[in-house]
Amino acid sequence: MLSVVLTCSKLLTAASFRVSINSRAGGREATALYFQIAWESAPSVNVYTSSIRVSISGSLRRGRSFKTTIGSVTGLNIKAVMSQRKRPSNVQSSQSKGARHSEVLLGGGGGDDDDDDEDVTFTQPSTSQVQRGLARLTPAQVDLKTAEVVQFIFVKDQKKIPIRRADIVKHVVKDYRNIYPEIMKSVGRTLDTVFGLMLKEVDVKNHVYILINKLEPPGGELLNMTPSNPKIGLLFVILGIIFMKGGVVKESMVWNTLKKLRVDPGDRHEDFGDVKKVVTDEFVRQRYLEYVRIPHTEPLEFEFRWGQRADTEVSKVKLLEFMGQLHDQDPQSWTQQYRDATSSQTVPVSQR
Amino acid sequence: MARPLGESHKRFLQTMMANGIVDGDKARALHRHCCETHGAQYTPDKLDEFIEVINAQLQPMFMQIRKGLSEEDGLQYYALVNMAETDVTRMSADYADNELELFRKTMDLIVDSDNGTASSTDILNCADSLQTKKLKKKETEHVLNRLVQDKWLIEKQGEYSLSTRCIMEMEPYIRRIYQDQVKVCHICHNVALQCQMCENPTCGIKIHTHCVARYFKGRTDPRCPSCEDFWPHEIPEVYRPPSSQSQSAATEKTTPTPRATGQSRKTRRS
Repeated sequence: MLSVVLTCSKLLTAASFRVSINSRAGGREATALYFQIAWESAPSVNVYTSSIRVSISGSLRRGRSFKTTIGSVTGLNIKAVMSQRKRPSNVQSSQSKGARHSEVLLGGGGGDDDDDDEDVTFTQPSTSQVQRGLARLTPAQVDLKTAEVVQFIFVKDQKKIPIRRADIVKHVVKDYRNIYPEIMKSVGRTLDTVFGLMLKEVDVKNHVYILINKLEPPGGELLNMTPSNPKIGLLFVILGIIFMKGGVVKESMVWNTLKKLRVDPGDRHEDFGDVKKVVTDEFVRQRYLEYVRIPHTEPLEFEFRWGQRADTEVSKVKLLEFMGQLHDQDPQSWTQQYRDATSSQTVPVSQR
Repeated sequence: MARPLGESHKRFLQTMMANGIVDGDKARALHRHCCETHGAQYTPDKLDEFIEVINAQLQPMFMQIRKGLSEEDGLQYYALVNMAETDVTRMSADYADNELELFRKTMDLIVDSDNGTASSTDILNCADSLQTKKLKKKETEHVLNRLVQDKWLIEKQGEYSLSTRCIMEMEPYIRRIYQDQVKVCHICHNVALQCQMCENPTCGIKIHTHCVARYFKGRTDPRCPSCEDFWPHEIPEVYRPPSSQSQSAATEKTTPTPRATGQSRKTRRS
């Protein structure tokens, strides 16, 4: 059971406020914990920002605090008990020192700002915090979390859905947030040494990852042993078109080429289903393709480019070699494409 | 300290992840190809040791490449199983809550049945009384198709049974949930859904159909290994797969003949 003290300095009516977490678990003081507070409605939770925002109905008097008990770490209703409380002195102040906010809240009545409330800053934990966090946990606990994150990543990757750091924290890491960097280091090590895989960040701002293979794509006999999705064939044709045309093509070019191969985006295909949806939605979500509006076009036109996953997973050199075989030409005869394929940025991870 | 994995091990593991389950012949071929592709030393017949090295690394992840026998054809299969799940949550990424409930109910029917199958009619009846959200007939058929496609269930002539991979993966879950309601093979001690049963009312031991084939092979007077009563059921032939050249994935296996369950057994529970 955790007891949480929520303090505020203003009179509020149905407003959001910052949570000051002063948690005592079993008499020990735990580090500040991150959890979802389910009150009347689901809170909006920000990872690695300064507060957990909770909307309340009803009001809080200034200086009052809520003492709440939470039965488990995530998403339970909170029973509030009003009690007077002095400024808590044992909040995770070292963490919030850097980003202290003196004023609390939005909305509500007037009143001066009060430093009574403190908020916990959920920024990326510092090295010392990680060390302290690690010191409190057994290696077995850390290993367990690593295993859970690895499983989580595999489940997401099965669908080729990019994995968001926020989701990893919210659904798996949870109350081990303060050692998140250590867990992810362990995850990366495991993915590499056991599976030959690697997490690559495709969106640095929002911290979104895809799982890529460090081993070379299988050739020969091995190729027959891995079940392949027929959609991959479709994808490769499109990637080939885009690549040979210099990296970007109008969508009409793609549809016309596919039609010549008896794949009509207008019809339902036996293997691919709704072709247009697979190409413009599924492949895009999986980051194999980018489907971008061409500005100032009337009627609206789109163009296709390679997506980030294609950039990391597909060897342009191999693609060009394949084209060479197809047209009985030396791959180097396509000088621009050859240059493009061999430039260092486009060499997939496994071949570096 | 567990031995670190070479690329051949990682390749094998990745292929197992992609396939889920492979038959013994394919696993052995895969072992060879992985070693050859990555220049690792290859010793034929050392597949199990090769897998042990991988399993040592998988253990902290609660994963394992497990060897098991198929109830369908009695052949050996290797499957990558997840041991962390204590429920069917392994599938929860792909299936909605009511679909999972339907799967659990189907499993109930299969475990309770004499011959390890559940008819589509019975499953459809369950769909009507789901506690989560009811499924209509069309929806139920669709879910069942997906379960078959995803290799959780096998369908034969309107009867559904648990796939080999499903049994291998869910065995701990099945044992925990059903405890002594689930039949266990007297010979190999694994969960036995498709099996024969001793007709002696004081005995009633169960033996997998394929374990029967092996255990009683060549015996003219088959006797129950427990109570020594005459074993009244038809002893099937030990299933021999067609020659390995024509072999591809397990999907092409034909069922062994004859199916001994059902004909001579009385429908009686122990």
